[in-house]
Amino acid sequence: MELWYTIVDLLPFDWAQPGSMYFMKNALLAVLVISPLFGILSTMVVESRMSFFSDALGHSAFTGIAIGTLLASAWRLFAGVDPMWVAILFAVGFALLFTYVRRKTSLASDTVIGVFSSTAVALGIFLATFGGGSFTKYNALLIGDILSVEPVKIGLMALILLVVIVLWVCSFNQLMLASVHPALADSRGIRVFWQEALFSAAIAVVVTVTMTWVGLLVINSLLVLPGAAARNVARNMRQYHLISLLSALAAGIAGLLTSYYIGSSAGASITLYLAIFFAVTFCFRKQRL
Amino acid sequence: MSVHKHDDLPAGAGCSRACCLRAEGLGVTAGDQVILHDVDFHLHCGEITALIGPNGAGKSTLFKTVLGQLPHTGTIDFQQAGGKHTRPLIGYVPQSPSFDRGDPVSVLDLFSASISDWPVFLPTPKRLRARVAECLSRVHAEGLIDKRIGALSGGELQRVLLAMALEPVPHILILDEPLSGVDIEGEKQLLDMLDEVRTQYDLSILLSTHDFATLEEYADKVILLQSTVLKAGKPAEVLTSPEFREVFHLTLGRGVG
Repeated sequence: MELWYTIVDLLPFDWAQPGSMYFMKNALLAVLVISPLFGILSTMVVESRMSFFSDALGHSAFTGIAIGTLLASAWRLFAGVDPMWVAILFAVGFALLFTYVRRKTSLASDTVIGVFSSTAVALGIFLATFGGGSFTKYNALLIGDILSVEPVKIGLMALILLVVIVLWVCSFNQLMLASVHPALADSRGIRVFWQEALFSAAIAVVVTVTMTWVGLLVINSLLVLPGAAARNVARNMRQYHLISLLSALAAGIAGLLTSYYIGSSAGASITLYLAIFFAVTFCFRKQRL
Repeated sequence: MSVHKHDDLPAGAGCSRACCLRAEGLGVTAGDQVILHDVDFHLHCGEITALIGPNGAGKSTLFKTVLGQLPHTGTIDFQQAGGKHTRPLIGYVPQSPSFDRGDPVSVLDLFSASISDWPVFLPTPKRLRARVAECLSRVHAEGLIDKRIGALSGGELQRVLLAMALEPVPHILILDEPLSGVDIEGEKQLLDMLDEVRTQYDLSILLSTHDFATLEEYADKVILLQSTVLKAGKPAEVLTSPEFREVFHLTLGRGVG
């Protein structure tokens, strides 16, 4: 972190003065780690039409936090345990169960997601208000606050980023084939179940960990907009990844700075920048032949 | 990949050609439903066999069975040129789906994802690109390498999928309704291509089709399938058989073939 503070002190911003405003410097580093993560995951979320699924995951992450909070207050074993860990477990379980059910049923994917999503939300609200509890303490989760990010969580995100990159290098080709042409993937002997499961688990972990900073209400847009914007103009997978990654990164930085200077929510500001990117790329979209 | 020329090699036992795939008594059931039963056929290398039958006759199921994707009864035996029994290497051209027209997947992306482990989101190494271009040139499609798959015409897409099925060069090539969604010009190109491929690589080709008008021009053998093989033989034999007329409810004695 010291190295980072030294680097950031070189920036020409009033908050970049040495020895002050650490929360802002932390937030900037967090954005630099989180936005590539969303940029990468977004390509596949859009490619395999999972934007509704990632939305459902956001809801399950909230439910996980509610469960974690309840456990921490009701059970001495969990006292002092960050509800986030329980939420991660819950979200990963949710993602795996969903992948399994989607494979085993003849129902359309969006129906399965609808079932899971509404169940998760209902369970979350049920648990959060259990015994007359107030929902107000969860409001922060809805909007998110990136300035509250701690260095140790940034380290955790960096680790997750590394894992996702490894997953991408190992599985992307097969995930892509399976989403573009399932019959072809089958005939090539590709067994995508575990890769799909890992991919959804990765989204689950990312959504859960970043939710407290980005905000539940806008987190899904970070998983959809970079890929959607890139899709407007990309002509192949390299351009697609590059544009998705860069727009996530640019919007992340711009959104954070905007939120600092005009005092808006960072998550919402980032999302709005992404929406602008989408609008711009839409105007420059490739000609359909 | 060595190219077998059956003229230079001794014939496989019981088979006039050097290599063949022999299916005997194939049966597939789903639940209590019998989809295929007692299916017998031979495929010889260098020959094009057309599989015909009404929708739901089990054509796709038969393909999946030969591809080894479905549990089945009966045996599938493959004999290489020279008489060695092995698992056949099968190239499969699936029915072409309609892609999302905006999908940013190029022909190069699709191709390299299926023949190499190099992640397609990284810059493509020159060697891989050259290999894909070479594979595409087998079907005279090297010009399509940077096109997005959503922007290909039906015939172009079929050629790309065919090129993928030919890498590595298989013993048997299976095409699921390659002529549907292809215009007349594309159909002619594709059939010429198949003819070229079969002579060049001496492989057996099995394809399903609903287009009977051109069967006699290219098919060496026709198999009429409805749960089981109703009739097999030369195109003219099958197309004029009572079985064919009954299956397709034809009241006219002619009009096809």
